[in-house]
Amino acid sequence: MSKGSEIITNEISNTMDRSGDQTMDRTMDQTMYQTIDRKTAHLIEMTGICKFYEMGDETVRANDNINLIVEKGEFLSIVGKSGSGKSTLMNIIGALDVPTSGTYLLDGEDVGRMNDNQLADFRNRKIGFVFQQYNLLPKLTVQENVELPLLYAKVSRKERSERAMEALVRVGLESKASNMPNQLSGGQQQRVSIARALAGSPSILLADEPTGALDSRTSIQILEFFKQLNEEGNTVIMITHDSSIALQARRVARITDGTIDFDGKAEDYARII
Amino acid sequence: MRESFNLALKSIWGNKMRSFLTMLGIIIGVAAVITLVSLVNGYMGYMTESFTSMGTNQINVNLMNMSTRFVTEEDMYDFYDEHQDIFIQMTPSVQVSGSVKAGSEQLSSTSVTGVSEEYADMKGYKMETGRFISYPDISTRQKVAVIGYFDACQYFGSPENAIGQKLKINGYAFFVIGVVQRQDEDELEEGGSDDFVLIPYSVACKMSRSSIPSNYTFATKDTSVSEEAADILETYLEEVYRNDDLYTVTAMSELLDSLNEMIAMMSLLLGGIAGISLLVAGVGVMNIMLVSVTERTREIGIRKALGARRSVIMQQFVIEAALTSVLGGLLGIALGSAISIVIGPMLLQTETPPTAGAVIISFGVSVAIGLIFGYMPASRAAKLNPIDALRSE
Repeated sequence: MSKGSEIITNEISNTMDRSGDQTMDRTMDQTMYQTIDRKTAHLIEMTGICKFYEMGDETVRANDNINLIVEKGEFLSIVGKSGSGKSTLMNIIGALDVPTSGTYLLDGEDVGRMNDNQLADFRNRKIGFVFQQYNLLPKLTVQENVELPLLYAKVSRKERSERAMEALVRVGLESKASNMPNQLSGGQQQRVSIARALAGSPSILLADEPTGALDSRTSIQILEFFKQLNEEGNTVIMITHDSSIALQARRVARITDGTIDFDGKAEDYARII
Repeated sequence: MRESFNLALKSIWGNKMRSFLTMLGIIIGVAAVITLVSLVNGYMGYMTESFTSMGTNQINVNLMNMSTRFVTEEDMYDFYDEHQDIFIQMTPSVQVSGSVKAGSEQLSSTSVTGVSEEYADMKGYKMETGRFISYPDISTRQKVAVIGYFDACQYFGSPENAIGQKLKINGYAFFVIGVVQRQDEDELEEGGSDDFVLIPYSVACKMSRSSIPSNYTFATKDTSVSEEAADILETYLEEVYRNDDLYTVTAMSELLDSLNEMIAMMSLLLGGIAGISLLVAGVGVMNIMLVSVTERTREIGIRKALGARRSVIMQQFVIEAALTSVLGGLLGIALGSAISIVIGPMLLQTETPPTAGAVIISFGVSVAIGLIFGYMPASRAAKLNPIDALRSE
């Protein structure tokens, strides 16, 4: 987003805040974002995203008409209670699932129309997953774990090794490259997980409760690390149920009962909770 | 593809005990197939060989001569002369029952057969010393005898010593005029292939109850005309006897053919039975693969999230199943071969090396088992929803 449009948007946000109508806030914000920045392609553009399930006779509306725009370089956290629909949204963002209706564009590619193989390739190239439970493969070494996305991208052995080592250097764990995951602490494992996510040079880092399995001290370290990565230019989207964690990001979107009922700066979110 | 291989090997090696137990079914199945088929083939081969040594180009004729319908040896020789294009040798064969004595010693196990001068050629006998029975011996009914190597050594000390010695057959005195070369390289024993006495058939006929031979052996030009030869004989004999109960024509080659058929059937049957155990082994492989897929659901979810396509996941698990089976197959082949080579001679007195066909088929089957029984679990794995998979423990 250009500096100029950013200032304008903020001004309008502030004006809307003063009017006190939150629903208006959201809609106006979105419209402002859209009209002012039409010329610049957004990194993520989600319009009217719906995900409905049939459970017996009932239709569960996990995601109901969600609109979300994310620009390159943002640090966004999506916060919500369990059952709010945040996991469903995350799955759609991460191309693990397709919406029932609505459009999801990432880097200009329409994810909603993709078939299974295309989704797999898309995930591989564009999404850097960081899971709650680190999710490292226990029988592979640290380096082999980090290489995994590159393996599926059909990168040559030599290049794989180089890029994996680069990623490990980035997270400060190059010395542990030949270790097995179970020889590392929780915090180290999570950092390996982040290295794995970075190795493929994805468009976004998508972190699902990244501190969920860590103690508070390590959690702080990891969050600091995310901030650092964001400052280096990575786009980070973090999903969490914990508002205090959510506030570590710069922008917060709250999802309740399948819709986004707050989307704005972290400071503003801090005020309403 | 190579990565999938490496991955599969790692996985198999990482779970040594479980992999081995899975393979065990295949190892046993393959070893069983190979051992049984090789044993059967080896033994039957040995029997065929003994058969063949009797001459596959020979035809045996057995006659029941009646007073009104009979065939004399002259008739037979006439017939033989007429069909020289097909028959190359013929001999009447007249068994003499009674006692054989060399000095005071009784040759209790020795058979005495009256034969023609062509008998030596038909049997492929070469003389150690002396000569074989000749046509003049037959026409003048000389009381001469040709003996086997065993008898020469046993009763006269050596072949050279035997020449000119006397044998008393049913009280009649016969002179030994020749000793046949040793037939059996390994053993010289009573009742073996070097224990026999041959005399002119004309003399044998005189000594036996009927004066005309009732048994003839023909040798054909080669095995391919055996059937034709047998037909010609049958036609001739039919004319004379008019009742096919009174004569029998047996071509050795026919017997050999039916023996070979029987061997093939036996092999197939036994192989099939052992093959059932391979089927069971395959089910075992499938079972373990299903367990493996369930255990690794989370792992599959992670891989998919990171970008693994269904085909890659599929490949990973199918190759793992196939590799397990193939390794089991190879071990089974080694085991089965070892057993055939060791046990065969012990059990059946003959060499029973592993049959090449059984080895190849077993190997092929174990690959197939891995692929077929690995397919379903692999398909399951590939179709897993990554979201659910990631959630599972």
